[in-house]
Formats: sequence, structure tokens, C-alpha cells
Amino acid sequence: MAQITVKINGQEVKIDRGKSLLQACEQIGVDVPTLCYHPRVAIAGACRLCMVEDKKSGQLVASCTLEADEGMEIETESPRVVEARKLVLDLLLASHDVDCFACERNGNCRLQDYAYRYEIERTSFPGERREFPLDNQNPFFERDYNRCIQCGLCVRACHEIPQAGAIDFANRGFSSEIATPFNVPLEESTCVFCGMCVELCPVGALVPKLDRFTGRPWELEKVKTTCAYCGVGCQIELNINDGRVVGINGYEDCKPNYGDLCVKGKFGWDYIHHPDRLTSPLIRKEGKLVPATWEEALDYTAQRLKEIKEGFGGEALGGLTSAKCTNEENYLFQKFVRTALATHNIDHCARL
Amino acid sequence: MTNSIAEIEQAPVIFIIGSNTTEAHPVISYRVKKAAREGSKIIVADPRMIELAEYADIWMQHRPGTDVALLNGMVHIILKEGLWDRKFVEERTEGFDELQEAVAKFTPELASKITGVPEEKIIEAARLYAEADASAILYAMGITQHISGTDNVLTLANLAMLTGNLGKPNAGVNPLRGQNNVQGACDMGGLPNVYPGYQKVGDPEVAEKFAKAWGEIPGETPGLTMMEMMEAAENGKIKALYIMGENPVLSEPDSNHSKKALSSLDFLVVQDIFLSETAELADVVLPGASFAEKEGTFTNTERRVQRVRRGINPLAGSRADWEIILELAHRLGYKWDYQSPEEIFKEMTELTPSYRGIEYGRIEKEGLQWPCPGRDHPGTKFLHEGEFPRGKGKFHGIDFIPPAELPDEEYPFLLTTGRKLAHYHTGTLSRRSSGLSGIDPEEMVEINPNDAERLGLEKGDLMVIASRRGEVTARANPTERVPEKVIFMTFHFSESAANVLTNPVLDPVAKIPEFKVCGVKIKKAE
Repeated sequence: MAQITVKINGQEVKIDRGKSLLQACEQIGVDVPTLCYHPRVAIAGACRLCMVEDKKSGQLVASCTLEADEGMEIETESPRVVEARKLVLDLLLASHDVDCFACERNGNCRLQDYAYRYEIERTSFPGERREFPLDNQNPFFERDYNRCIQCGLCVRACHEIPQAGAIDFANRGFSSEIATPFNVPLEESTCVFCGMCVELCPVGALVPKLDRFTGRPWELEKVKTTCAYCGVGCQIELNINDGRVVGINGYEDCKPNYGDLCVKGKFGWDYIHHPDRLTSPLIRKEGKLVPATWEEALDYTAQRLKEIKEGFGGEALGGLTSAKCTNEENYLFQKFVRTALATHNIDHCARL
Repeated sequence: MTNSIAEIEQAPVIFIIGSNTTEAHPVISYRVKKAAREGSKIIVADPRMIELAEYADIWMQHRPGTDVALLNGMVHIILKEGLWDRKFVEERTEGFDELQEAVAKFTPELASKITGVPEEKIIEAARLYAEADASAILYAMGITQHISGTDNVLTLANLAMLTGNLGKPNAGVNPLRGQNNVQGACDMGGLPNVYPGYQKVGDPEVAEKFAKAWGEIPGETPGLTMMEMMEAAENGKIKALYIMGENPVLSEPDSNHSKKALSSLDFLVVQDIFLSETAELADVVLPGASFAEKEGTFTNTERRVQRVRRGINPLAGSRADWEIILELAHRLGYKWDYQSPEEIFKEMTELTPSYRGIEYGRIEKEGLQWPCPGRDHPGTKFLHEGEFPRGKGKFHGIDFIPPAELPDEEYPFLLTTGRKLAHYHTGTLSRRSSGLSGIDPEEMVEINPNDAERLGLEKGDLMVIASRRGEVTARANPTERVPEKVIFMTFHFSESAANVLTNPVLDPVAKIPEFKVCGVKIKKAE
């Protein structure tokens, strides 16, 4: 592919034609702040935070939307750029609830980070503000539009990833907001609760209910693993705090899902700590299943299997292995059935 | 899948048959919809107006169980209009005459008569599928869960081979596997007729290899399938079953019969994380661990072997499933010494040619797709390039056979079953998720509004659904998604278990039950 050369903060960079200025900056590790940009959805150029100064024309340009061109020279933190970003942030904060201490995203919020980086302590536009009631009707996530910065990432996620089209911008100007058609509750809209809006929201406007008050972002340990619902095998990260799974997010940097999830993968994990989980072996005594020790249960099981094998041969035994368990467990289980139980009577629910 | 998930977006034509992808494999449906938006043509064949039908250029609403007639009808047109790939057929296949003969009678007129799909649509779909540079077929259990399940799959293979849509990118015959590791469970030899890697029981060389690795192994006759084991349990031939992480009481057809079979065992041990409907019948219940609590690998529907990592320890009192199996093996005199799942994986790869090149270190960042025969092998994005495993691809001449139990005067409705977005299989997990059970708390039987009106049923009304095997009560959801005289239920809800109703008749080869078609009668509950 043809390459072009641009100069960023005095440093020359070669980049494939067709890439944006923002991508050129990313390529050499220059951190340009963005709020409405996400590589998984279309570019909107809405937040104006990624503006950089084009030295030749003297203009401020949105680096996410502008294609890099041969010979361009830009400054990413010039005084004009910094001044413009401060104004953008100042305006965003004018309609953003800064109750950061109660917000799940505290410490993992790009708005918070940028306000700090550009030394905005509070907004200088203390005018009229819109008040939105907290929407926590649906069982999966809360919508607090007092925190919304209208970057539109949720809208693009909804329209482009599951193509559900449940939400969009409604009204104009000061009245504009994110809404379902006719403001019906999400449950009555075309929302499929894939949670991709929640994943892409850069602030605390959209927050999974299960994650509330279960740990600050900096307390969470993330463990990459594979979703255990359907056969797509989405790559996910378990969010763990104090020995408990407290949330799940999609892992963006590899096949097969590149971060995409569905309602089960994103929100359906809380069975892990459900009070119904079995925490002791059970043995049937006088018709009833009663708790037993591991030693007792394993000894008894082995003894009964052995008796039947010795009395009737392997044909009298069988095993059903599990499409939910790991390869290692399936391998071991069928090896167990084929050797210790001496039979090929081994199957699972592949057909069901 | 013969091909990969990432190729779906690139396919010029995607033909989806017997897969409600949006609800059963949502993330794959995102790829289909993206492809549609970017110009790919979509053909959907489904008796229900599934969501992807809205994205389809052609939607064929065929009658449940008439897939062979529909596909043979397409093949008929492709042959008649000379749209087939002569080079591919000549170089890579055999049995072409047999195919020609079998489809000769499936004129659009006959195909239309059997399927209920207008002739023009079948012709249009055949042309669209055959004329593209590459066409990908996606299918799921709407194809397999019929007495003609094997025939349906072979017919799809006919269609793909005839048009040269195998062994190349963005094409293929792609089954979407329902459970997270159903591919892996098959790959690992969790089947009565094969050892790991589909090495056949009955092949003396294979037997020798496993005897050498494992010690004594059983004779060379394949074992029983799950349905056959149930039958053998009932008539006393099987006396004990060890069930790990499965819930056949709800997942098998004719639940009452499954329950009876399991209850007649001398000894039943169930290993699970919850007291499932099956565990309730057990003599011993052993608490296993969830996926978040153990190390290992799953293999996804595109044959990609991916890591499962332990985020938390097994809940107090429970144990990782592999450790439980190991404990039992020790007690039965097998002194296996595995210190970790990785050691088990290593042994497996030594015995399984298609996995031989995979090791944990190679799949840390991204999974590898089998076949991966060596450590330098990059894995296989799509299968059958240049050659099929058996050499030439074989066309099968397949005739149409109707489902085993069609509606009649006494049972005038056709029940078809499947899955819903918010739930998973028998609901053991998803119904214990607050969000999922909150949004979708109970069965809502899909019934055509005209039928509902005739029966006096409004949304939410309780209805009694009965088949020759049993009856259940569930709420009505009048919707145009189903045609008249067809109702749709899921098998997620134990209190209104669809599998009380379903017909336990099997496909003779694959032994898959016909979950997709049986006759039922309906009345409003008193």
C-alpha cells in the first residue's frame, strides 16, 4: 500500500494512505484525547476533543475524521489546541453530573482523565441544566443521562454492532438527548441488551446493574478467558474483586469476536455465585439426597461402579460427558469411561 | 464449520438455513448483518420469520421438515440452467450421476408443492447461490434435528460441491455449534464410535495406539449413543450412568420417558454445579466448578482452540471437574498422575493428530484452528483445500422423506422447538442469572394470531399443549413470526418443558431426535 509522510509535533511518520491523522498519531504513540471515537464503530467527529493544529493552514482540524495527506504538519498540543480542548471540556462539564464519588467509572473515565489533564476543576458555564430521572427499569443496566456527554458512541454501537437500532439522538440543540423511539422503555424497544452501548460509553452514563458497588476500577483484576455460553467462543475478561466475579467485558484485540458480545455473554454470568450452587457432595439415603463428605461420596461412587463393572461387565455402564466442560475434562472423562469403566458407552448432548 | 467466522463478512452470498442465528449465535448474526449492509446477498430458508429474514434478499418460508425437497429443487435448477462448476465437479467429486438422477424429479413445481415456497423464489435462490464467486452456507439444528437430519446435511454438501463452494475462502458448509464446547467434546472422543480426533473405534491400528497409551481398552464395537443408553437403562441392560454437566431429563425428547429410564438405573452419579432436574434423580451428586473456576481449553464452532483461565477458585466445597474424575480413577485403580489440565492437554495432543501442534504457549494471545498437525503449522482457516479427507467429494442422491409425525385430525398443530436469545439450553445457568430471567421469565409459545383468535387466546393466556407423549401448560404469544398451524416453543423452561411433547424418533445415522417436528393439540387452559 502506498505510504505518505506527515510530520507530527516535528517528528516525521510514514503511514498508509487512507489512514486518519489520529491513526498517524496512534502509530507513533502520541496520545490525542478522544471521547466520541472508537475503532469498532464509524467515525462521527462529534466531540471535537481530538482537534490538532494544521501548521500550514493554521486551522484546527478533527484528527479522527481528516485523512492524513502527504506533507501535512500538525501540532497536537499547541497553545491553540490546548485552549480549544479546554473549552470543549468546560462545555461538556456544564451538562455533566460531576458526582464522581458515586460513579462506577470513577478512575476509569476519559472525561475525568481529560479534565484533570487540562486542569479544568469545574465548569465556567453555570447556566440552566437538564435533569434526567435515573432509568433503572430494565434488568441489565442503568441509564443516567445526567452523566451523558452525547458522544453518540452508544448510538453507533447499537446501529452498527447488533444493528438493533433501539436508540438514537432525539430533539435538537439544548433539548437533544439519547432516546428510544417515542421514549418507550428499553424493554419495549428493539433493544437486544447486548450491552455494546455500555461497553463503549466513555463515561458513567450506562452502567451494568450487577457491577454497581462491587469494586472500583483500580481494584479489579482482569482475567482473559472464553465465554461459556454458545459455540462462538467469544473472548472475554472476567472482572474479579476479592475472589468474586463482578463483571464481564469483551476482549477487543483478537478473534473471533473482537470485543462484541451478546446479552448472555455480557450480563448472564451471575449464576457463578448463585446461592443454588452445590457446595457439598450429596448421597441418597432413605430416598433423600443428603450432604456427605468428599471422601464418602467418592469412595461410595467408586465402589458402586466397581461392583457393577465386576458383576455385569463394562456394557452395563455408561457415561455422558459435557459440552460445557473443557477439552481436558472431556478427554479425561472419555478416557475414564473407556478404561476404568471398560466401555465405549460414552456420549454427550451434541445432538440436542 | 468448514470455514471461519471472519470469512462470513467477506462472503458475497450467505445462505442461512435452519439457524435462527440472531438468537442462538448472536455475534455471528452481527457478522451476517454487517455483510448485508456492505452488499452481500442474503438467502434465508426458515419456516419462521426469524430476524435475519428481514435482512434477506430472498426468504423462503418452507414447511418444517421439507429441507431436502427445497435443496434438491435448488440443485435441479442449477443443473438445468448449467450454473454448476464443471471443473470442481470433474476434479474433486464423484457420484455426479447419482445426484442428477436423484434431483431429476424435483422440478420447481414439485419442490414448491412439498415446501410451500413459490417456484420463483426457489429458482431465484438457486441462481443467486450458484452464480456468486463464493457462497457460504450457515446451518444449525433446524437442519439436523429431523429424522432426515443426515440427508439434510448431505444435500447441503451436494449443493456446495456442485457449485464449487468448498475448499476456498468465504464459502463452505458451516454448522453453527450450539454449546460452548460441543465441538471440543466431539473432538475429544466424547462419542461412542470414535476416540479423540475422530479416530474410529473398530480400526485395529487406532485400537493398538490407544491400548499402548492407556492400557486395556474395550472391544472394537462402538458403544451406545445417549438415546440408546436411555433405552438400555430402561430395559435393565445399563445399570449405572455417570453424567457430567448434562441435563438429559430436559434436553432429551419425551422427558417422561427419560425420567423413567434414569430412575430405573441401579446407580446414577451426576456431577454438576447445580441440582439439575437430572441430578435430582441421582444416587450421588458431585459438585463441579464453573468455567470461571478452572484452567483448560474450549474449541469453538470454527474449530478454534481457545484458553479457559481460572479467575477464581472453585467455590468452597466444590471441585474442578477434572480433579473429580481423577479422584474416581485413582479409586478404581488407575494411578494417573496429572498435575494440571495442561498435562492432560499434552497427552491428548500426542494422541490426536489434528491437535498435535497446539500447545498452551501458542494460544495465549489468540486461539488456533485445527487441523494443526505440527508446532510450526499455523492452523487451518478453511477445510478441504485441494482434497477432501476421503479423496474425492461424494455426491449422494437423496430423496425426500416427510417427518415422522405430521399433524393430523387429532393433533392438528405442528410443534417446532428451538432457543431464545436470553436463555441457554435447559436453563440451568441462564435462569439463575437475574438479568436473563428478569427479561425472559417464562415460556411464551409462538402461535399465529389467526390460530390464537380461533382458539380464543390472547397474549399471556395460559394454553394446554398436548402431544401423544404428554402435555404442558404455557402462555401464548400470538405473533406473525410463525405461519398458521405451526407453534414454536423453547426447551429452556422446566415447568413447561417442550421435550415432554417432542417425538423421540431418531435420524437413523446420526441418532438425532426429531425435535423440529411433531403433532400437538392446543386448547385454552381452564
